Amino acid sequence: MSSVAFKGGIHPDYQKEVTATLAVTPMKAPPVVVIPLKQHIGAPCEPLEGIKVGARVKMGQKIADSSGFVSAPIHASVSGTIKEIGPYNHPLGRPAQAIIIESDGEDSWDEQLKPAGDLNDLSAEEIRKLVREAGIVGLGGATFPTHVKLSPPPEKKIDIVVINGAECEPYLTADHRVMLEKPEEIIFGLKVMIKALNAEKAVIGIEDNKNDAIRVMEAVSAAEGNISVSRLHTKYPQGAEKMLIQVTTGRKVPSGGLPLDVGIVNHNVGTAVAIAHAVREGKPLIERVVTVTGAGINRPANLLVRVGTLVSTVIDQCGGLRDNTLKLIVGGPMMGLAQPNADLPVIKGTSGILALTDEDVYLAERAPCIRCAKCVDACPVTLIPAMIAQAAEHALYARAEKLHALDCFECGCCSYSCPSKIPLTQLIVIAKAEITKAKKK
Amino acid sequence: MIIVYAIAALGLIGLIFGLLLAMAARFFAVQTDPLIESIKEALPGANCGACGYAGCSNFAEAVAAGEVKANACIPGGNETAQTIAGLLGQEAGDASQPLATVFCIGDCYKASDRYIYDGVQDCTVASDFVGGFKSCASGCLGLGNCVRVCMFSAIRLGEHGLPVVDHDQCTGCGLCLTACPRRIIQILPKGKEGHLVLCSSHERGKSVSAACEVGCIACKACVKACPQEAIEMVDNLAVINLEKCDDCGECVLKCKPGTIHRRDKIPSEADALAFAVVKAAESA
Repeated sequence: MSSVAFKGGIHPDYQKEVTATLAVTPMKAPPVVVIPLKQHIGAPCEPLEGIKVGARVKMGQKIADSSGFVSAPIHASVSGTIKEIGPYNHPLGRPAQAIIIESDGEDSWDEQLKPAGDLNDLSAEEIRKLVREAGIVGLGGATFPTHVKLSPPPEKKIDIVVINGAECEPYLTADHRVMLEKPEEIIFGLKVMIKALNAEKAVIGIEDNKNDAIRVMEAVSAAEGNISVSRLHTKYPQGAEKMLIQVTTGRKVPSGGLPLDVGIVNHNVGTAVAIAHAVREGKPLIERVVTVTGAGINRPANLLVRVGTLVSTVIDQCGGLRDNTLKLIVGGPMMGLAQPNADLPVIKGTSGILALTDEDVYLAERAPCIRCAKCVDACPVTLIPAMIAQAAEHALYARAEKLHALDCFECGCCSYSCPSKIPLTQLIVIAKAEITKAKKK
Repeated sequence: MIIVYAIAALGLIGLIFGLLLAMAARFFAVQTDPLIESIKEALPGANCGACGYAGCSNFAEAVAAGEVKANACIPGGNETAQTIAGLLGQEAGDASQPLATVFCIGDCYKASDRYIYDGVQDCTVASDFVGGFKSCASGCLGLGNCVRVCMFSAIRLGEHGLPVVDHDQCTGCGLCLTACPRRIIQILPKGKEGHLVLCSSHERGKSVSAACEVGCIACKACVKACPQEAIEMVDNLAVINLEKCDDCGECVLKCKPGTIHRRDKIPSEADALAFAVVKAAESA
């Protein structure tokens, strides 16, 4: 069964074979972790009472929380002593408040963490509370707090849960390995979600360049009547929420709308595993699978990394950087952010660490727009990137809004396809920020 | 014969319309103050907004109404102020012309970069992206927001990537000041001699010298050397009071990184002569 593809998109060089066959290995516990207080979309956390310099914390202990609904608490990923609370480099750009913990090397768990018991005994409300307390956010990269997605407003009935195993970003293989190694946990996490949402069925979407994962997931879901696997065409950005929902269910999320408007909730495979761990073992989200790859990395790997581990420590574990490394990206090559240095922590949303060499990076002079419309063809949400970018460049943000700039989810297809190397996505991101700023006033 | 009719008919139509227009001009006339018109003519007409009004004609109305003084048009300078004052029958007062000065001389050879920036060529955007590509968090990024915003073509990017202000063209309107995300442009009175500390970094000396060869490292040597006591340290940055400075140049001799320069010898403006040649070639 091959699905119909969405309109637009691109076929970049995937480069996944480098790490696709490498099993996930747990990384050595780092001597120091830097845990930023903002690791999710929504209100940033505040350190809890008693969490101050010199205080001792246990692994898995909750160290920061926020009173806002759209937020997720943050837990210590090692046991040890708090060394400092202050601003530190953050993968999303500007330095942000972080709690720095020096590990005592013992990794002793917080004794208060207990398994939640049998899934059949849990109510939907209990599941939501448990997921929030475990600090689970969307591990695909957007880091939207998961418990919010499990709490749809009562007037919106959710019937399908779509699980994203597409992993359309080039280079990354973290989700691929999770599907191969933890299929049973994914199914369990998925059952928890179905129960919390009272949904009817679930679809797992996987791109057809991961046939082994499709086979494994089909085998484990065969026993479940309401869970199916959907084989997807390999195309970027297949794993984007709206594209994935369209190809797996045939439903179209309206412009400016959310998946729950069409009765769907969408989660990443990694998130399902995190939920399974939280329910079965009571463990909060303190580690995640990160693909460390790119020609600039000496020994590419899929690592299980503690949240807060410095990127430089992770790179050292992978044999360090090659001399001709030119660009370091946290995340995938399409949507990840380039970083000036490796002195920043891995956060809950970090799916990859990518080092590109001078052979991979093409620093081109920007040329004028030649009206070729390649960006229009590539845009998966049918925008006209060139015109939005032009409006943004002349600070005509009202015009950019009329051209539906806010529908852009920053996949980067337009910048990728532009023969004049115009930084279209960056210009649209600026326009989006200005439009949102003007709306808030 | 037919030609006579045609001429007569057209003449008659012309006469009727002429009368109508004459009546309209008389009965629907809008009363304008001729003073506003003549003030408007005296103004530069760039609509730059430096006076705080929407444009030149808005400003002319305000002047005629007595809301602002005659010398409030900064780009117009002394000449315009005199003309307007003459029209109003007032004293012009002092309208010494200001001048934009860039307080950074860390060009692409003297100040290091943290990473290669390959994105949108706009200072505000680049400055927002992971704190800017320059090692110095206050230094000029050289992407030319000030150049693009200048109404008088008084700024251009020099060959070393720093903005060069044309003293003759700059009117001190201050548009570049607001366009600069790092706020390193200051408006100073034109023509006043004296020395300036051409750095805007309030970082501590060690991190400044790590980022830039010519940044102020807050060593206080100039403060001690100044016989006029015109220099003081403000938050790790030496600031020279132009009112007190008598141009003796003692501070220049003591400044190790070479941050202090005489106002007419700003290194980035050294090719101002070349600028004049380029402009002459463009207009030719």
